[in-house]
Amino acid sequence: MDASTWQPSRAQPNWLVRLFDYKPFLIFICLLPACGLLLAFLTYPLGLGIYLAFTDTEIGGNGEWVGLDNFISLMDDRIFLTSVWNTLFYTFTATVLKFGLGLWLALLLNHQIPFKSFLRAIILLPYITPTVLSAIAFWWIYDPQFSIISYVLVDRLHILDHYIDFLGTPWAARWSLIVANVWRGIPFVAITLLAGLQTISPSLYEAALLDGASPWQSFRHITSPLLMPILAIVMTFSVLFTFTDFQLVYAITRGGPINSTHLMATLAFQRGIPGAQLGEGAAIAVAMIPFLIFATFFSYYALGRRKWQQGSDND
Amino acid sequence: MTDIAADQPAVTEADGPQIMSWDSGVRRAMTIYVPLTVFVLVLLFPFYWMAITAFKPNGELMNYKDNNPFWINHPTFANINKLLFETDYGHWLTTTMGIAFGSTFLSLFASVLAAYAIQRLRFKGSEYVGLAIYAAYLVPPSILFIPLAQVVYQLGLFDTPYALILTYPTFLVPFCTWLLIGYFKSIPYELEECALIDGATRLQILRRITLPLAVPGLISAGIFAFTLSWNEFIYALAFISSTEKKTVPVAVLTELVQGDVYHWGSLMTGALLGSLPVAIFYMFFVEYYVSSLTGAVKE
Repeated sequence: MDASTWQPSRAQPNWLVRLFDYKPFLIFICLLPACGLLLAFLTYPLGLGIYLAFTDTEIGGNGEWVGLDNFISLMDDRIFLTSVWNTLFYTFTATVLKFGLGLWLALLLNHQIPFKSFLRAIILLPYITPTVLSAIAFWWIYDPQFSIISYVLVDRLHILDHYIDFLGTPWAARWSLIVANVWRGIPFVAITLLAGLQTISPSLYEAALLDGASPWQSFRHITSPLLMPILAIVMTFSVLFTFTDFQLVYAITRGGPINSTHLMATLAFQRGIPGAQLGEGAAIAVAMIPFLIFATFFSYYALGRRKWQQGSDND
Repeated sequence: MTDIAADQPAVTEADGPQIMSWDSGVRRAMTIYVPLTVFVLVLLFPFYWMAITAFKPNGELMNYKDNNPFWINHPTFANINKLLFETDYGHWLTTTMGIAFGSTFLSLFASVLAAYAIQRLRFKGSEYVGLAIYAAYLVPPSILFIPLAQVVYQLGLFDTPYALILTYPTFLVPFCTWLLIGYFKSIPYELEECALIDGATRLQILRRITLPLAVPGLISAGIFAFTLSWNEFIYALAFISSTEKKTVPVAVLTELVQGDVYHWGSLMTGALLGSLPVAIFYMFFVEYYVSSLTGAVKE
C-alpha cells in the first residue's frame, strides 16, 4: 500500500521530465528545429527549384509544365552560353590565383615573424567585411575617370599614356572582377592553409634539413603531401563559392558591358527576379548543379585521396 | 613549423653552405618581409581608399591635379552627416542588426540541440544525419533564391524581416552544427556519465554541464553566424523590396546609387560604416574567429 501511494506521487509531476528523458523522444525534439528549418527552407526549395526549371512560371502566377523547353531555348541563348563560359573561366582563373597567392602568403606567415597574430588578424579583414561593400570600393578603384590605379600608372609612374577603362570592355571587366574576387579570397585560403601548415610536425623539417634537403625538396616532399587533405577541403569550398558567386559581379558590373560579364548566378537573378521569368531563372540555376557536383567530387577526391590512402581517421 | 626559421640564427657557419645562404639577413628580408609587406598593402589598400574617400570634400575627390589623391587636405564630415541624417541609414543599420541577431540566435538554438543529439545522444544513423546537415552547407544560396522567393511569398513573409531571419539559418545551421559537434567531442563524456548516475536528466546535463563547457564554441559559432548574416546579400536583395526594410549591404548598393552620377563620397561612407560593426565585432573576438574558420575546415 505504501508503494502504490508513493509511486504516482513521484511519477505524476515528472511525466514531462520523464518524456524529455526518453531517448527517442529527446532525439526527435533535439533534431526538430535544425531539420525542420533545413527541410522547409533548403530541401523543399531545392526540389521546387528543379520543378520550376521545367515550367514557365512567372512571378505571381502558376506556370505550366513545359518539359525541357527552358533548357532548349537556353542552348540557343548567346547570353546564357557566354555566362557559362564566364563562370568557368572566372572560377578556374580565380581559384588558381587564389591558391597560388594564398599558399604563398600562408608560407610567409608560417615563418617566425614579429606581430604574427596581429598580421593574421588584419589579413582576414577583406574576408570578414561585407563583400558588396568592398566590391563598391573596387568599383570606385576601377572608375574610368578617377581610378587610382590609372592615376598611379599614368600620372606618377608614366608607364601608360591613357587611363584604363577597367569596366568598359568585356575582357578588361572580366579581369577586373577576377582581381576583386582573388583579393577577397586570398585571406580565407591563406589562414586555413596556415592552420594546416601548423599541424605539420617541425621534426620532419629538421630531419629533412639534416639529410641535406633543399627548401624546395622539403616543400615538395613534406609540406605538399601533408597539406593535401586540408587543401582539398578548402579548395572544394572555394570552387563552390566562386562558381556560384553573385555579389561581386552584381555590385561591380551588373553583368555589363552588354551582358558580357554575367555569371550564371547573376543571369539567373536578372531573368528570375527583375525579369519575372521564375521558370527560366530556375533553369539557369539548375544548370549550375551538374557543374557543382562535378567540381565538388573532383576537388575532393582528386586531391583528398591521399588522406584515405594513408588510412588516417577523419578527425 | 615556425621554429625552423627561428632556430637558424643560432646555427653557426659550420653547418653548411645551404643553411648559411638561406639564413643571410638580406635574403630573409627579400623572401619574407618584402612579399609580406606587398601582400598586406594590397589587402588593406581598398579599406584605406574607402576611408580616405569618405572624408574627402567633393572638390578634392574629383581633382587629382592640384591635390595628392592619397591624402586629405580638408577633411569633412559632410558625407557622414548626409548619410546619417538625410537617408534611412540608421534605419538600415538597426534592421540589419536585428536580422543578424535574430538569425544567429535561431541558428545557435537549433544547432546546439542538433549537435547535442548527434554527438552525445548517439543513435543509429546519427553519423548520417550529421553528414546530411553538413551536405546542406554545400548547397549555395545562388541556386536556392528563386524557389525560396516563391516559398517566402507563399508564406506571406515577402518584404518582412522574418523572411531573412528564417532563411539565413539554411547556411548558418550546417556550419554551426559542425563547429559545435567538434566542440562537444572535446568535452569528456565521463562528466555526463557522472551526472547521469547522480540522477540528472539529459536536458539538465545539456544545460548545466555541456553548454557551460562549450561556451568558447558557442562564441565562435555565434560570431561567425553574425558576420555571415550581416554580410548576406542575395536573399536580402531578392526578398526585401521597400526602402526602409533593406539591409545595409543591399541598401548601399541600391539606394545610394542614383542615376548615372555616382556620389562616391557617400557611397564610400556607406560602405565604411556598414563594414565597421563587423570589423569591431571581429577585433574583439579575433582568436575565436580564426579558430572557428580553421576548425570548421579541419573537422
